[in-house]
Amino acid sequence: MPMNHAIFQTVCFLVFAGAAALSALGVIGFKNTVHAVLSLVLTFFSAACVWLLLQAEFLALALVVVYVGAVMVLFLFVVMMLDIELEPLREGFIRYLPVGIGAAVIMLFEMLGIIGVRAMNVPAGPNPAGASNIEWLGQALFTHFLLPFEIAALILTVGLVAAVVLALRTRTFSRRQDPARQSAVRAATRLRMVKMPAVKPAPAAAEKETAT
Amino acid sequence: MTPAHSDVFIFFLTLAKILAIAVPLIIAVALYVWWERKVIGWMHVRMGPNKIGPFGLLQAFADVVKLLIKEIVTPTNANRFLYFAAPLLAVIPALAVWAVVPFDHGVVLADINAGVLFLLAMTSLGVYGIILAGWASNSRYAMLGAMRSAAQVISYEIAMGMALVCVLILAGSLNFSAIVAAQAGHKGLFDWFWLPLLPMFFVYFISGVAETNRLPFDVAEGESEIVAGFHVEYSGSAFALFFLAEYANMILVSFLAPILFLGGWLSPFQGWHLGWLSQPGWWWLAVKVFVFATAFLWIRATFPRYRYDQIMRLGWKVFIPIAIVWIFVAGCLRYFGWVTTGH
Repeated sequence: MPMNHAIFQTVCFLVFAGAAALSALGVIGFKNTVHAVLSLVLTFFSAACVWLLLQAEFLALALVVVYVGAVMVLFLFVVMMLDIELEPLREGFIRYLPVGIGAAVIMLFEMLGIIGVRAMNVPAGPNPAGASNIEWLGQALFTHFLLPFEIAALILTVGLVAAVVLALRTRTFSRRQDPARQSAVRAATRLRMVKMPAVKPAPAAAEKETAT
Repeated sequence: MTPAHSDVFIFFLTLAKILAIAVPLIIAVALYVWWERKVIGWMHVRMGPNKIGPFGLLQAFADVVKLLIKEIVTPTNANRFLYFAAPLLAVIPALAVWAVVPFDHGVVLADINAGVLFLLAMTSLGVYGIILAGWASNSRYAMLGAMRSAAQVISYEIAMGMALVCVLILAGSLNFSAIVAAQAGHKGLFDWFWLPLLPMFFVYFISGVAETNRLPFDVAEGESEIVAGFHVEYSGSAFALFFLAEYANMILVSFLAPILFLGGWLSPFQGWHLGWLSQPGWWWLAVKVFVFATAFLWIRATFPRYRYDQIMRLGWKVFIPIAIVWIFVAGCLRYFGWVTTGH
C-alpha cells in the first residue's frame, strides 16, 4: 500500500512536471502571443500542482490566486489589446540565442549551487505537529521575519504609487465627474414642468381647415 | 478487505460523492432558472412560465433539452480550439469549487484546511472562460464584453478577498467547518459574524453579485449595448455551459454568504432553549441559501444596470477602502477579545 502511493505520487509528479516543462517551451515556441500567455498560465498551474505534491498547499494556492488568477489575466488583457507585429520580434531569435544560452547555463549552475548548499545543511524542520502549513507560515512571517515582511510590503506600495505617478498625466480636455453631485441631482434642476391647457380647435375652425 | 481493494473502494466512493454533489447542483440550476423566471414574472405582474408541467416547473428542463439539441455555430474566423475550450474553462472551476463547500457539519467532499484559499483559487480561474470566449470568437461585441468582464471581476475579487480576510481573522481558520463552528454560541444570531463584520457582509454579497456578472453589474453581457457580450457567438450546448457556470456560481455565492457571515447550518435561535428550533441542521443552511438566491433575483428585477465607470468607482473607491479599514477593525476585535468565537 505505501509502495502503491509512492508510485502514484511519482507518476503524478512526472505528469505535472512534464506539463510544466512542455508548456514553458510553448511560452517561447508559440507564434500567437495569446497562445504563449495561455501556455504560461499552464506552466504556473502545473508548478502549483507540483507544490501541492510537496505539501506546500499555501504556496501552491497562493500561486494560483495571485499569478494565474490576477497577474496573468492582466497579461492576457494587455496582449489581446496590443496588435503586435511578430516578424521583427522573431528576427532577433538567432542573434540573441548565445546570450540566452549563456543566461540559461548560469541559472542552471545557480540552481545546482542552491541545491548543494541546501543538501549540506540540515533541512529546515517540517511543520510542527498539529499546526497546518498556513499557521506555520503565518507564525514565521509575523514573528521571526516581521521586519523583512513589512519592508517588502512597503517596497511594493512604493512601486504601486510610482506606477500610478508615471501613468497619471493631466489632460487638458479632461472632463471630470463628481459622483456626489451626480447622485444629488433632482428632477427639478433638469426639468421644468410647464402647465398648459389642452388646445383643441373649435369644430367650425376645423371644418374650415379641411375645406381649404 | 485487502489494501488494493480499499484503494479502489475509496476511488469509487469519492466518485459517488462527486456525482452526489454535481447532479443535484445541475438540477438546482435548472430549478433556479425556473424560480428566477417565476419571481421576475411576479414582480413584473405577469405569470412567468406556466404551461409545461405543474406551475411550469418542467419549462427549465424543456429549455435544457432545446439547448442541447440546437446546432453549434462556429464563426469562420474564430480560433476553433480556444473557442471550444472557453466554455469548459468557465464550467470546470465552477464545479470544482464545490469540493470544499460544506452542506452540514462534516458533510463535505474535501474537508481541507486551506478551504477558503481553494475557493479563491477556483473562482479566480473562472474569468479565463469569459476572456477567452471573447477573444476566440473574433467578434467586436464579444471582445468588448470580455474586456469589461475581466476588469470588473478582477476589481471585485480584491474587495471580496478582503471581506474573506476579515472572516478569517475572527474565525482563526481557513476551514469552512471551523468558520461555522466559530460562530456558535449562546446569543442566537448575534453570535454570527454579520454583526461585527456588518459592512463586510454587504461588501461580500454585492461583490458576489458583481463577480457573477449579474444585474445590476451585467455590463459584460449588456444586451442593450453589446448584444450578449462575451457569449454572443455561442449557441447550443456551448452556450448552455456558460449558463450553467453562471448559475452554479450564483448558487455558490448564496451558499458562502450564509456560511461566512450567517452561521451556516447553525440555528438563529442557538442557545435560547427553544427545543428543535435551537438545533443546528442542514435545513437552516437551506433556508438561508434560498433567501440569498432569491435576493439575487430581487436585485435583478429592481435595479437598472450600472454604468461602467460607476462599477469601477464602487469597487475601487468605496469597497476597497472600507475593506482595508475593516480588516484593521477585525484585527482589533480579535486582539482585544471584543468578539468571542466558538462556545
